[in-house]
Amino acid sequence: MSWIKNLIDPQARAWEEFYRNRNQCDKVVRSTHGVNCTGSCSWNVHVKDGIVGWELQATDYPPLEDGIPPYEPRGCQRGISFSWYLYSPLRVKYPTVRGILVDLWRAAKAKHEDPVAAWASIMEDPIQRKSYQKARGKGGFRRASWDEVEEIIAASTIYTIKKHGADRLIGFSPIPAMSMLSFAGGSRFMQLLGGVNLSFYDWYCDLPNASPEVWGEQTDVSESADWYNSKYIAVMGSNVNMTRTPDAHFLVEARHNGSKVTVLSPDFSMTSKHADWWLPTHAGQDGAFWMAVNHVILSEFHHQAKTPYFIDYLKRFTDTPFLVQLTEKDGVYQAGRMATAASTEAYRDEENSGFKYLVWDESQQQPKMPLGTLGFRWQQKKGEWNLQMKDGKDGSDISPALSLLDKHAEVLQVSFDDFSSESRVKRGVPVQYLETIDGRVAVTTVFDLLMAQFGVNRGLSGDYPKNYDDEQRAYTPAWQEKFTGIDRANVIQFAREWASTAETTEGKCSIIIGAGVNHWYHANLLYRAGIAALMLCGCVGKNGGGLNHYVGQEKLAPVAPWATIMGALDWSKPPRFQNTPSFHYVHSDQWRYERTADEMRVNAVAENNKMTTGHTMDQQVRAVRSGWLPFYPQFDRSPTEAVKQAEASGAKNNQEIIDWTVDQLKSKQMKFAVEDPDAPENWPRVWFIWRGNALMSSAKGHEYFLKHYLGTHSSTVAPETAEDSVKEVVWHKEAPEGKLDLIVDINFRMDTSAVYSDIVLPTATWYEKDDLNTTDMHSFIHPLQEAVPPCWESKSDWNIFKDLAKKVSQLAESHLPETVRDIVSVPLAHDTPAEMAQPEIKDWSKGECEAIPGKTMPGLAVVERDYVNLYKRFISFGPGARANGIGAHGLAWQIEDFYDQLIETNPTETWGGKTYPSLDNAKDAANVILQLAPETNGELAYRAFKVKEEKVGLPLVDLAADTRAVRTTFAELDRQPKRLLTSPCWSGLTNNGRAYAAYSLNVDRLVPWRTLTGRQHFYLDHEGYIAYGEHLPTYKTKPDPSSLQDLIVSESDEQSIMLNYLTPHGKWGIHSTYGDNHRMLTLSRGCHPFWINDQDAAQIGVVDNDWVEVYNDHGVVVTRAVVSARLPRGISLLYHAPERTIGVPKSPLRGNKRAGGHNSLNRIRLKPNLMLGGYGQFTYGWNYWGPTGANRDTFILARKLKGEPSW
Amino acid sequence: MNIRAQVSSVFHLDKCIGCHTCSIACKNIWTDRKGAEYMWWNNVETKPGTGYPTKWEDQKQYKGGWEKAGSDLQLKMGNKSALLGRIFHNPDLPTMDDYYEPFTFKYQDLTNAPAGDDQPTARPVSMVSGKPMKIEAGPNWDDDLSGSNIYAANDPGVVQLSEEEQQQMFAIEKMVMFYLPRICNHCLNAGCVAGCPSGAIYKRGEDGIVLISQDKCRGWRMCVSACPYKKTYYGWSTGKSEKCILCYPRQEAGEAPGCFHSCVGRIRYLGVLLYDADRIEAVAKLEDKELAAAQREMILDPFDPEVIAAAKKAGIATAVMDAARKSPTYKFVKEWGIALPLHPEFRTLPMLFYVPPLLPILSKEQQGVQKLADDFFTSLEQARLPLKYLAGLFAGGNEEEIKAVYRKLIAVRIQRRNVTVGDLDNAEVDKAREIAGLSTETIEAIFRMTSLTSIKQRIVIPPMLREQAIEAGMDPEAYKQEMGFGSRKAPKRRW
Repeated sequence: MSWIKNLIDPQARAWEEFYRNRNQCDKVVRSTHGVNCTGSCSWNVHVKDGIVGWELQATDYPPLEDGIPPYEPRGCQRGISFSWYLYSPLRVKYPTVRGILVDLWRAAKAKHEDPVAAWASIMEDPIQRKSYQKARGKGGFRRASWDEVEEIIAASTIYTIKKHGADRLIGFSPIPAMSMLSFAGGSRFMQLLGGVNLSFYDWYCDLPNASPEVWGEQTDVSESADWYNSKYIAVMGSNVNMTRTPDAHFLVEARHNGSKVTVLSPDFSMTSKHADWWLPTHAGQDGAFWMAVNHVILSEFHHQAKTPYFIDYLKRFTDTPFLVQLTEKDGVYQAGRMATAASTEAYRDEENSGFKYLVWDESQQQPKMPLGTLGFRWQQKKGEWNLQMKDGKDGSDISPALSLLDKHAEVLQVSFDDFSSESRVKRGVPVQYLETIDGRVAVTTVFDLLMAQFGVNRGLSGDYPKNYDDEQRAYTPAWQEKFTGIDRANVIQFAREWASTAETTEGKCSIIIGAGVNHWYHANLLYRAGIAALMLCGCVGKNGGGLNHYVGQEKLAPVAPWATIMGALDWSKPPRFQNTPSFHYVHSDQWRYERTADEMRVNAVAENNKMTTGHTMDQQVRAVRSGWLPFYPQFDRSPTEAVKQAEASGAKNNQEIIDWTVDQLKSKQMKFAVEDPDAPENWPRVWFIWRGNALMSSAKGHEYFLKHYLGTHSSTVAPETAEDSVKEVVWHKEAPEGKLDLIVDINFRMDTSAVYSDIVLPTATWYEKDDLNTTDMHSFIHPLQEAVPPCWESKSDWNIFKDLAKKVSQLAESHLPETVRDIVSVPLAHDTPAEMAQPEIKDWSKGECEAIPGKTMPGLAVVERDYVNLYKRFISFGPGARANGIGAHGLAWQIEDFYDQLIETNPTETWGGKTYPSLDNAKDAANVILQLAPETNGELAYRAFKVKEEKVGLPLVDLAADTRAVRTTFAELDRQPKRLLTSPCWSGLTNNGRAYAAYSLNVDRLVPWRTLTGRQHFYLDHEGYIAYGEHLPTYKTKPDPSSLQDLIVSESDEQSIMLNYLTPHGKWGIHSTYGDNHRMLTLSRGCHPFWINDQDAAQIGVVDNDWVEVYNDHGVVVTRAVVSARLPRGISLLYHAPERTIGVPKSPLRGNKRAGGHNSLNRIRLKPNLMLGGYGQFTYGWNYWGPTGANRDTFILARKLKGEPSW
Repeated sequence: MNIRAQVSSVFHLDKCIGCHTCSIACKNIWTDRKGAEYMWWNNVETKPGTGYPTKWEDQKQYKGGWEKAGSDLQLKMGNKSALLGRIFHNPDLPTMDDYYEPFTFKYQDLTNAPAGDDQPTARPVSMVSGKPMKIEAGPNWDDDLSGSNIYAANDPGVVQLSEEEQQQMFAIEKMVMFYLPRICNHCLNAGCVAGCPSGAIYKRGEDGIVLISQDKCRGWRMCVSACPYKKTYYGWSTGKSEKCILCYPRQEAGEAPGCFHSCVGRIRYLGVLLYDADRIEAVAKLEDKELAAAQREMILDPFDPEVIAAAKKAGIATAVMDAARKSPTYKFVKEWGIALPLHPEFRTLPMLFYVPPLLPILSKEQQGVQKLADDFFTSLEQARLPLKYLAGLFAGGNEEEIKAVYRKLIAVRIQRRNVTVGDLDNAEVDKAREIAGLSTETIEAIFRMTSLTSIKQRIVIPPMLREQAIEAGMDPEAYKQEMGFGSRKAPKRRW
């Protein structure tokens, strides 16, 4: 082999310099990507000659405890592509305005010296206003100066405040954790104005409502390292390998450590590759699978075996021993409300006795009132809100009966709903009788109800399944086959392996779950079915166990100080925080395209009553009136105008202003804006979008956005069908088009939202600004940093909003020189005593109860706005934080000493005779956060635990004792990511390198969950849930396509095929980011293709890479097809979320106009029982509770594009 | 014994998640330039599939690698004298269609489009001609396309299977896919080196990295043909060929190559292997089915005193020998025997080895209901992917090689299940260990290397002794003083 040379000679190798020179760089700066992916990966950005060359992952995360693989490298194909954006032709380099608008503006300015008057002259001329609205999205952008665009924006803001009210100013930015100061800059600006911040987690349909339902928690999950501790992992609706790229290795590595992995997925996905078992379950039917698993677990491990670990866990940590009253109707019993202490002679006089719930003591054979329930949380006496099974009155030990099977007074026939066959079954349930002050009431335990609901035959009379092979009766392994397509034997084996692993390991079984399950209409039920299997086997709150929901969840770790800055709570509260699903459902007029009869078919109910009937829009109105959900604009007039009117009517103080407002609402002289959203006075007017793609990527019902918000061309052909069925809302014959006066998009790339906005402001990229980043996928905090200064004329988000604040303040000197008062309406809030507001549902507007703000209707507060000092307030950390302390999740603590210390050690602002810690730039704000958060300041962790300890009454401060001296600064994060300290704001423990697992604080330390019983809930005790038939874990069928109103007028023929349309998260983008990036487009198909099964494709004559037209009544998409048997028949995939800006041709079907994006094919449907509120864990929290933007139950038609694509 | 040291690699395919982060790390650093747009020194393929360039494995078409000609070994594209006659016309080159026509988009239209009656869009345009184009190929065109009747069905490995085996791979019960990341194998018997008429390609003496001298390359492209893996690329701007350099500038600085560093699946291992260069020819001439084992055998034991002595004699530095003893590659390939070369039958003796992937167990369909086999873990007997297919990829068709690896991987999982949960029958655990032929300790070592290692343990770069290399031609102090001033030069076209 003489020709294989091994060369040493340095002369011959001198050329090797060539590649060495490329590799050399001038500096390496730690930063990350502020993208909505939860990766939170620390990156080293390589800078050469003042230009960012490339990035590689940091690998210096502090290790966790021994025996867990390290967190390195973190960072995926998308993140490593980011450097492409900085200098790409997609970059927004300068302030950019639609030409028509800027021409109107310049003409108006020539006539009006005052900018606000100039803006008014455009707004008040319908022809001018329409002219630029119709041009939205259609090119003609013009470069402008910062001065000019800031003036337009400030003028429109002031105009809107004066003319319509500040709550017509809308801000949207998603998922703050990824760049929390960039988010906070905008929201602080909005809240100082009195504007509205829109939620994101629920809107993205990523909020798993089951989490607040079961745990009273928005979402808490384990960090991905804890997957490694799990010995049995079920993955469903989450394509970990594709979408959790930096975390996937823990799953893979767990397998090599002896963990079994089962993947439920309709398609052979990237993650299926790593399964031991790939269960090709039919799309959206995971719930049926788990219901049957629960049937087996209950039968074998609870009834037959009575597994000690499981039984003990259920008694201590779940609501299973709590008593539920059975109510009789026509001789049949039904599960009703939980029995409360208020109904018994013995306990009725206890404080909050209506919110203290009872168990059956098996040794004394009588009801007892254990600690830790809701009433204990909000009572005066501290130290009784804990999970000790002790009686709240006398402190005696309780031995709760899980089941009354062994000792019961009677067996009653109780009716259970079977939504799978639209029938009811009667089953015997053992009961005891509770002597209440109103007489004798039959009660049973939640556990006994579960046994009956799941059809476990315990020898009781009634319509129980005979065995696992009973195909007709719900929840048997045989029953589920027709829904899932999975053999019963596999379900039985799965259940046995699952439960026995949990028994052996004390709870190390976990579910990894995400959008593939959570985006269905009945996602809350699908989730609860899986959660039930976790709770039944004692897996929640255990390392290696639990429900790991990963979609859109993120986690902003230093939440308490951040929320203060973000909401401008240091200056005034309450803030205006809106749930976005309701907002867009109402304002973008999507409700007009719905029909009550079809809604009823989509959402099966247990009983038709006032709770469950009527148009969703009417239920939305009720939810606002009852204080269950927020809604902005609030009223049919400006909230400052309302205050003036109250004062004109003689109101002398804030309380009298509120009283006047209540009277006006009661007498219907003042209306809620939600009752007439199409009236011009109730439109949102100015919309700020930053850090997100609000008009495309997240705009479910995108075409309705274009039509009703923007007033530009759209491709929807859907008929309006609501007129005959809505009752509580004013119907306008013509729906308004072009509600929005101004859309400002802050962006670094020309995405669809930018293309459709009026003004695009160039923002710094993630390598050009300082910020903070955290996630729930790991337990570190680390920075974004300015590797190079903001390129071209871009500025950081913080500085953009700071400069806008300055401009607004300048204009306010002549337009709003005095402070003004503003009445703010807010919903009944979670983690406040308002959780006890509405144990029964009564409507004040129907005269069923008094109208009491904060109790039977929204809370009302009068706040003061100071527009002249808006800028100064923006840059100063206000006195409210010092006076009121900071906190989260119902816990608050004082920070005076640290506030004062900040003034000593950090930059300050002095004005009006006072000195404040400075928030002049994002790094200052980051330092304030780091120095005030329990997660990064050990002393404050200690202090917060001290407060929590007092409330709970059990030792907790030891969790923070060892780390009391820890302090963190931004500069330290540059050196290395820092592990977060254990904090009472969160439910997991990170001491000594322990992997964070949700609810380990609750299980280890007997801290209650923030629910009615303080325990995890199988049973949802709410009048509305009972009416909807969702009080017990259940199964509801997927809506029939004919009821969905997707395809009323769209034509179909033999060249088209109807398919379920799924938009899972994909491989080549994070939402829409990166999907337009040259790297990603090159490695995929240069487009965002439509995935279709090979036989389905053959049926419509489509071969791989053919152009297809995909359409329904809502809109149309034109792209190329990928044909693969990897997908089953009947479903199609268009990976979320393509831009319509990259290589999208026109649609011959819809007027030869530009085809749309993935959200062109859907419309949101709100699930009404998720609007309920005012009681226990069913109270509102922003991004915490409320209906979600469900989108999976969508059908489309697909066909081959006729002819060549036109551009 | 002619002992040499080589920096070589293991890719653990069971850990690969197909994310392509590696590809972009490489693209960003090395091939993001004019003329190099289409080059992916590192690419990742979905298997079964046709790969990049399309059907590169099909040497009937591309004539890459070596073949036996009687007792001799010669390049499949022809012997040296024949090659010289073909330098002006080489028919065995992939065309642009076999790679893809690089494309971009008219992004600037989104900002600059004049006011019109419809939304602007950024049309795709060719990076070669600048003209609008329909995109019909890419470097990863059949990504995630298991069950494709165009791509998976035309995988040269699938084509070799029986009709029945092929059919099954497109049914849900057996459908399967996995990922195959590929870089230059830095072969011991590299076809590119042998094929180069200019003598521009060489193996670095200290680490075995195969480089194309940008000074000497004349762009004949014989290396492109001779490499059966199609891992050399012609740069149309410089007129020279380029290939993966195993990031020697990064390694010289003690850093992992870009694709290794960025591998977020943590599948990549790198370390020194010692081999006896005198055996290359004999090994390369063995039968297909013997090649994988023979290549494993020619790797030398760095703990063996004889080897250590021979290494000293051959001038291999003590520090490099230390690195060889810590080499994860040595463990995977030699000690544990669970990493195999890709297509050893190409006879280039590739120095990149793969641990084959585990895949889900089979199911069968009955009246619309899927029933899975009842094995707890995936198993050899019930695995979805035909062994024959894997043997075709990694063992010259020798299924026993694949089986032996699988038995070991499965034994690791079973033992660890027993250690961490303890719900298995002890006899079953013993049996798994026994048929795998592994000790408890070895299993623990495999487990730790697979799961727990940090980047410093996965990637063990030998000291590159730069000062000594420089000293051979220049005083290192002078080099330090002049570094970057005098020596920086770009390769130029020489014709």
